[in-house]
Amino acid sequence: MKRRDFLKGFLSLPGILGIGSASKFIEEERGFKTTHTQANAKNWEIYLKRKESKYEPKEGSYGVLFDATKCIGCRRCEWACNEWNKNPNQPIENFERSRFEINSVFEKIRRPSAGAFTVVNRFDVDGKVIYVKKQCMHCLDPACASSCFVGAFTRTEEGAVIYNPTVCVGCRYCMVACPFDIPAYEYYDPLTPQVTKCTMCFDRMVEGKVPACVAVCSADALKFGKREELLKLAYKLIADNPHRYYPKVYGEDDFGGTSWLYLSPVPFKRIGLPTGLKNSPAVYTRNYLFAVKVLEILASPVLVYLAYKAMSKKGKDEE
Amino acid sequence: MEKFDLKGFKQKLLLAPDFKSYVFGLFTPWNVIAGIILLFGFYAMVYRLIFGLGPATNLNNDYPWGLWIAFDILAGIALAAPGLTLGTVVYLFRLKDYKSFARPAILSSLLGYVFAVIALLFDLGRYYRVFYPIVWSWGLESVLFLVGWHFFLYIIICVVEWFPSFFEWLGQERLRNFFSSLGIWATAFGVIIAGGHQSALGALFLIAPTKLHPLWYSPLLPLFFLITAVLGGMAVVVIESSITHRYFKHQLKRFDQKAFDKKTLGLGKALAVVLTLYLLLKGLDLFHQEKLHYISLSSTYGVFFVLEHLLFGVIPMILLLWAVKEEKPFWVRVLSFWIALGIIVNRLTVCLIAYNWYIPWSQKYYPSWMEVALSLSMVVLIILSTRFMIRRLPILSD
Repeated sequence: MKRRDFLKGFLSLPGILGIGSASKFIEEERGFKTTHTQANAKNWEIYLKRKESKYEPKEGSYGVLFDATKCIGCRRCEWACNEWNKNPNQPIENFERSRFEINSVFEKIRRPSAGAFTVVNRFDVDGKVIYVKKQCMHCLDPACASSCFVGAFTRTEEGAVIYNPTVCVGCRYCMVACPFDIPAYEYYDPLTPQVTKCTMCFDRMVEGKVPACVAVCSADALKFGKREELLKLAYKLIADNPHRYYPKVYGEDDFGGTSWLYLSPVPFKRIGLPTGLKNSPAVYTRNYLFAVKVLEILASPVLVYLAYKAMSKKGKDEE
Repeated sequence: MEKFDLKGFKQKLLLAPDFKSYVFGLFTPWNVIAGIILLFGFYAMVYRLIFGLGPATNLNNDYPWGLWIAFDILAGIALAAPGLTLGTVVYLFRLKDYKSFARPAILSSLLGYVFAVIALLFDLGRYYRVFYPIVWSWGLESVLFLVGWHFFLYIIICVVEWFPSFFEWLGQERLRNFFSSLGIWATAFGVIIAGGHQSALGALFLIAPTKLHPLWYSPLLPLFFLITAVLGGMAVVVIESSITHRYFKHQLKRFDQKAFDKKTLGLGKALAVVLTLYLLLKGLDLFHQEKLHYISLSSTYGVFFVLEHLLFGVIPMILLLWAVKEEKPFWVRVLSFWIALGIIVNRLTVCLIAYNWYIPWSQKYYPSWMEVALSLSMVVLIILSTRFMIRRLPILSD
């Protein structure tokens, strides 16, 4: 028996709280399972090593192009992601089966959670079934990185946005900041919880391999490459098949641009992608910080004058 | 130097001949109620520390910030602004009329911040790393970094401002005078620091333009939070002084009810002016940002927005103007309670209701009983420590 389980049993003994005994269930149900995944920490270490070893950075960052018209909802990408990142997993058949089942995971719109860096959702748009993969978009100007008060996020030159659990305080402001609702938290770990998120398989990328989800996709819905080239490819696809695609590439400039690009048969709003902002949300907080510093500088002479005057007046009062 | 009088000090601390009679003196009805709340609160604290945030709270991936941030930090810090408002007016602008309000104001700021930070520690996943952004690992681009640093500095400022009454109590005349003269500089510095982080608490949400409902999201969010904090600071001064002047009347040597009422009316006037200003800016925001179409009877958020601003904005503003004009200090006191409540409602709305507005209502966050218990026990601790200090330190009788 683990110490934690023992304590849990102990506290639920008086029957004051049912939570103690039920928490295991909730943990699984809500998708907060604490996995102590090493995927994020491992990628950060690789990043640090590469930074020290003065490698030659290649021109241009990488990205992935997701084609919603081709995704068949087999969820193999979820399986491959769990497998590579050593997250809790099930036999691949269980994933593949979902799209044929009646009460499957597709009944609900899901989001990434601790222990699941990517999820596939199903949208029914005017009778048309569309499967959409969701994972970290790896923004060009990530809000999570800008929001973090210990600088636990960074965007690598390869394009991956990665997270460093060794400095994270657990304020969860990154989760507030992310417009895509990607970072998830290990709420059920009392001592060393961490944020978990997709790493774009940075560890595979630096070895010349494509991300695990891309490697496993047999429906041709995911393409890995230089972001610039993927954008060109995406526009070529739209031009060649104008009836198949909505004539925009999501992520080209949405939220300041993202490494992951999406092609869709319908407007992006209909498949759960946030729209309406063409610059990174980090711009607003940056502007605020600049303004507040300007105001603080402007206010300081006034305050010094007032304090000085108050001091001399006080001296006079006491005489 | 005279020998330290331990027994005298003990009596000074306990306000009782010995420890036993002090403990017996604690059993009053109100204290028992406070004790019960604290018991639940301490249970919640221990439970959170042993089992983690998941079992103790209703936080989830969609609502990473819950009651502890919305109530204890966002609302709590806004209501802990008396030091910013009254401290500045008295020490910097030398408004002598309000001098008797300054020490209580500083005390409520100090306690407000200290207990807000204590509550925050329970919310942080890795609370033992709370000093990371202060010591190393600087995320310079983060608004939260500014908030963290400013909290840290402002608590120091509050302590410096509070030291004169503390050393006066200890009978250390020289230290008292030293911190008294330092206090002016601390206050001046405090204006920058407090103004900075009060607005920064609003600026935290600037990074979520698509996640906060457009009726509440505004480029003016930092200003709205700052102005309402000024309101909160003054409202709390009125609330606090009306309570202390009722229960600690014997400490006031030259208590003049008429003069006190006049000062309350003066604060009421200031409240009315600032509240009007706030509502004007809110109106400008609605028109200028073209948000009027969000207000409709069919939208829950639209109705909620109108109700919030009618009940806690327009109505108290009109009543305040009337109370000041008709010289009714009683109503200024009642309305101060109302405004403080409005600020709590506003912070909870921004952080918990307007946030993630695209999520169905059934998936919205609501606090667990342990979250409520911990937040309530922080309020109780603030009240108890205020009473503890007012009974001993020369806070009112300056």
